[in-house]
Amino acid sequence: MHLLGQTLISGFLLGGMYALIAIGMTLIMGVMKIVNLAHGALVMVGMYVTYICFVLWHINPYAGMFISMLLLFVLGSLIQRYMINRLVEVDSILPENQVLLTVGISLVLTEVIRFIFKSDYLSVSTGFSGKTVFLGKMSVSVPMTIGFVIAMVFTYLLHLFLNRTDLGMTIRATAQDRDAAVYMGVNVSRVTMITFGLGSAFAAAGGSLLLPMFYLWPDIGHLFTAKAFIITILGGMGSTAGALLGGLTLGIAESLGATYISMGYKDVVGLVVFLLVLLFMPGGIKSLVKR
Amino acid sequence: MKKVLINITVAIVAILLPLVFRAPYHQHILITILIWAALGTAWNLLGGYAGQVSFGHAAFFGLGAYTAGILALHYNISPWWGLLLGPLVSTLISIPVGLICFRLRGPYFALAMLALGEIFRLVFINWVTFTNGAKGIMIIPKITMKLPYYYMALGLFFLSLTITGLLIKSRFGYYFISIREDQDAAESLGIPTTRYKLFAFLPSAFITGLTGAFYMNYIAFIDPNVVFSLANVSVMIILVVMLGGVATLWGPAVGAAIYILLSEVFRTRMGAASVLAFGILVCLVIMFLPNGIVGELDGLRKMALRKMNGGEKSGLLRG
Repeated sequence: MHLLGQTLISGFLLGGMYALIAIGMTLIMGVMKIVNLAHGALVMVGMYVTYICFVLWHINPYAGMFISMLLLFVLGSLIQRYMINRLVEVDSILPENQVLLTVGISLVLTEVIRFIFKSDYLSVSTGFSGKTVFLGKMSVSVPMTIGFVIAMVFTYLLHLFLNRTDLGMTIRATAQDRDAAVYMGVNVSRVTMITFGLGSAFAAAGGSLLLPMFYLWPDIGHLFTAKAFIITILGGMGSTAGALLGGLTLGIAESLGATYISMGYKDVVGLVVFLLVLLFMPGGIKSLVKR
Repeated sequence: MKKVLINITVAIVAILLPLVFRAPYHQHILITILIWAALGTAWNLLGGYAGQVSFGHAAFFGLGAYTAGILALHYNISPWWGLLLGPLVSTLISIPVGLICFRLRGPYFALAMLALGEIFRLVFINWVTFTNGAKGIMIIPKITMKLPYYYMALGLFFLSLTITGLLIKSRFGYYFISIREDQDAAESLGIPTTRYKLFAFLPSAFITGLTGAFYMNYIAFIDPNVVFSLANVSVMIILVVMLGGVATLWGPAVGAAIYILLSEVFRTRMGAASVLAFGILVCLVIMFLPNGIVGELDGLRKMALRKMNGGEKSGLLRG
C-alpha cells in the first residue's frame, strides 16, 4: 500500500513538471499546426543555460530558470522566424518537410551543445537536492514538490494570459482559424513567432525545474521530445488543461510501470498508451470528458 | 533508346567500380552507399510516391537484421538464410502495422510509426533471453572479402529499384500518387486507399527487411540501439530521400551517394564537429531544396526546355 502511494505521489509530482514541457509543445502545435521534434532539444538547451548560471554565477536553478526562459524565448522566436517560417513559403511535394526540418534543428542544437560541453553527465546539487519530507511512511522529495508547485503556478499564469489578455486572445484566435484571424486584422506572423518563443520558454522552464532531479547530457532532449508528444496527444492538441491532465497521467503511468512492470519496459508503457490514444481517442482525454 | 543506353552505361560503371577502387575502405563506402540507396528507394515507394511518411522504417530494418542474427544465435543456422526469412518476417509484421497506422493521416501517421519503431527497439533491448538484449548479436562471417558483398549490395539495390520502378509505372503508381495528392478525392473516385497504401507498404517493408538481413551478414554485429535507431536509421533514410529527391526513381540513390561521401569527408576532416556540419546541411537542404537534388533538377530542366522551344508556342498563346 505504501509502495502504491509512494509511486502515485512521485508520478504525480513528476507529471506536473512534464506537463509544463508539454504545454509549450501544445501551444506550438495548436497555433502553427506543426509537429515540432526539436522541442526536447529546446528543453535541453534551457537546462544547460540554467546549469551555466548555477556553475558560473551560483544562481539558484529556480532563479536561473528565468534567465533561461528569456534566452529560449529569443532562440525560439528566431528559429521560427528564419527557419520554419521559410517552409510555409516554399512549395514541396511532402508537407512533412517541416517535421524533418525540426529534426535537423534538434540535431544542430544537440551537437552545438555537445561541442561546447562534451557528452559528460552533469548535475546540479542545491542544498536541498536530496531532502525529503515524510508523509506517514511515504517520502516526498523537496525539489520535486517545489518544481511541481512552480509548474502549477506557471500553468495558471499561462491560462490567465491566454484568456484575459489581448495577445493571448489573438494567439487563441490564430489557433482556431488562421485565415479568419488574418481577416480580423491579427498579425499572424508576429503571433506565430511569439507563440514559438513562448513554447520554447515553457520548455526551458520545465527543463530547469527537472534539472535538480535529472542528469544532464546533450542527448537528453530525445527523451523529452517523446514525453511531450505522448502528453500532447493524450491531452488533445492545443489544450492547456489537456496537457496538464496528460502530463499527470503520463507521470503516474510511468511510475506505475517502473514499479510494477520493470524499469526497462517503463517507456514502452508510455508509447503503447500513446498509440492507443492516437488511434481510438484522436481528441485526447478531452474527448472522453465531452461525451 | 537514349534512356536504355544511359541505364546500360550506369550498370556497367556500377559493375566495374569496385575493380577501380580496390582499397577495402573505398569498397566499404561503396557498399554502404548501395545499402542506403536500397533503403531510400524502398522508403520512397511508401513515403515519396504514396505520401505516407514513415518515421519507423528502422523497425523493418531491425527485424530483418535480427531474424538473420537470431537464426545464427539460437538455431545455429547460417545467417544467410536470413536473407530469405528476414524480409518475410518484416513483410508479415508490416501487415498489422499498416492496417493499424493507415487509419491515421499525415503527421499523425508519422508519429504513430515513430512510436512503433521505438517500441520495437525497447522490446528488443529488454527481451534479453531471445534477442541477447543490448549486448547484441555477433557472428563470424564466412566471407571476409569486400567484393562479393559489393555485388550482393548492388543486386539488392537493383531489386529495390526494379520493384519500385515497375510499381510506379503501373496502375499502382498512379493510385499511389493520387492518394498522396488528395486522399479524399482518391477515395471518392473508388480507390480503396487503405489497400493501396498497404500495396506500397509491403514491398517497402520487404526490401527494408532484406537490406537489414544483408547488413547483419555484412557487418556481422548488431544491437538494438544500432539497427532500430530512430536517429541513425529511420530519420537517415528520410534524409537520404529528401536530399536526393522525393518521388523520383534515382533520387534516393543520388542522395545516398552524396550523404555517405559527405559524412565520410566530414568525419575524417572535422572529427567531433561532423554531426554538427551534417545537421546544418540537413536544415539547408530542406529550406532551399525542398524537393531534393534530382527533384529540383527536373524542375530546372523542364523550365529550360520550355524556354528553349516554348518561345513561339507561348507567343502564340499570348497572341
